[in-house]
Amino acid sequence: MAGERPADMPAPVLVRLPPHLVVLFPGAARQVALPAASVAELVDGLDALWPGMRERICDETPAIRRHINIFVDGRRARLSTPLPPGADVFVITAISGG
Amino acid sequence: MAQQVLVLVGTRKGAFLAESDAARRSWQLRGPFCETWPTNHVVADPASGTLYAGGGNEWFGPAVWKSSDFGASWTHSSQGLAYEAGQAPVKSVWSLAVAADGTLYAGVEPAGLFRSTDGGGSWTHLDGLQKHPTRPEWHPGGAGLILHSLVLDPADANKIWVGISAAGVFASEDGGLTWETRNRGTRADFMPEGQNYPEFGQCVHCLVMAPGGRGRLYQQNHCGMYRSDDGGRSWESIEEGLPSSFGFPAAVHPRDPDGLYLIPLNGDIKGRFMPEGNAAVWRTGDAGASWRAQRAGLPQGGAYFNVLRQAMATDTLEPAGVYFGSNAGGLYASADEGESWHCIAPHLPTITSVETLVIER
Repeated sequence: MAGERPADMPAPVLVRLPPHLVVLFPGAARQVALPAASVAELVDGLDALWPGMRERICDETPAIRRHINIFVDGRRARLSTPLPPGADVFVITAISGG
Repeated sequence: MAQQVLVLVGTRKGAFLAESDAARRSWQLRGPFCETWPTNHVVADPASGTLYAGGGNEWFGPAVWKSSDFGASWTHSSQGLAYEAGQAPVKSVWSLAVAADGTLYAGVEPAGLFRSTDGGGSWTHLDGLQKHPTRPEWHPGGAGLILHSLVLDPADANKIWVGISAAGVFASEDGGLTWETRNRGTRADFMPEGQNYPEFGQCVHCLVMAPGGRGRLYQQNHCGMYRSDDGGRSWESIEEGLPSSFGFPAAVHPRDPDGLYLIPLNGDIKGRFMPEGNAAVWRTGDAGASWRAQRAGLPQGGAYFNVLRQAMATDTLEPAGVYFGSNAGGLYASADEGESWHCIAPHLPTITSVETLVIER
């Protein structure tokens, strides 16, 4: 059947990106559906779509940057957090600055 | 074809360009660029006209931005601009320098040096500084453990000097593989009595190279102003005749190795303002033996601003232009070697850096 995903591909999740991240990558969208079984895989997928986006979201620890939070179904996540099929993911920046 | 001068301005909220013809009487301001990221240093490759802006965003980390069309469009990258996994992450880019062959260097916080040979597209860590035996004993200055001054020898691609707060001046003669301290003769007044001339740990604020290729360097330090005639192996105080020993930026005359501009402030524990609230740039024409205040056109009275370490530059025109930007957002220009000044942009964000590029078009 058209559109059916291979058995070894994770189910897609829906990720929403902040505008000041999206503006750094020409062609990037505020919302994107990606197959990913963990937050780390999700970041891999974003970086494959828009090369360089990994460095904007993660540091070399490696970890999600200190002033960025990723929420999965309403809970704050880490790179290792698993993603259930159809998860709602928000990439959110901290309120800071002057 | 006519000469134009571009003043490249880094600010806490993006990069700006001020542009004029060679008369430097009328200026056009463009910006903010780089998505208003905090931008610590904007430089140009004089050979190609390519602009580079280094900075770091609290959310998204460090990056070097690039424009090949004099600011009309910008891209950014930080591929490879990272320490090994597990190290304290690179927070921001503090200083940039372009070698004669187009090789680009970036100094970062926490202090380290990176090199790009593809115009800023990707970066390689030159880890010699991390391996220096003094590295475990470096302690950050007020602005952090920052590699803020990056000096390349135009005659020898292997010679690099860096200024790190508050670790001091270091030099490499093998392209950044190995380094030695170059602080002899510079004071550390903040150390206990009897320990004021250490091998390293001095709080260098700005390091610049004089033209002429004779290895002359100048530095503004937290504790004094200095000249070196041997590539930094020894330093001599040149602060006598200045209103204080404290300031941040230094800028050399483009052609005269004896010409230097400084902006002394009222002192490190007195607010770090223009002395008595009167703004002045101080110039020597004899390598620091004597000094003269240049204040015509600068605010006199009520000038409680400072000028940060990378925020003064000269241009290569004749007579030389001199430029500085304040932490209060005022950008000042002189088209006559500092004799008279005009404010060419009064209300920018806090200015972190000023550089120039002269082009023909």
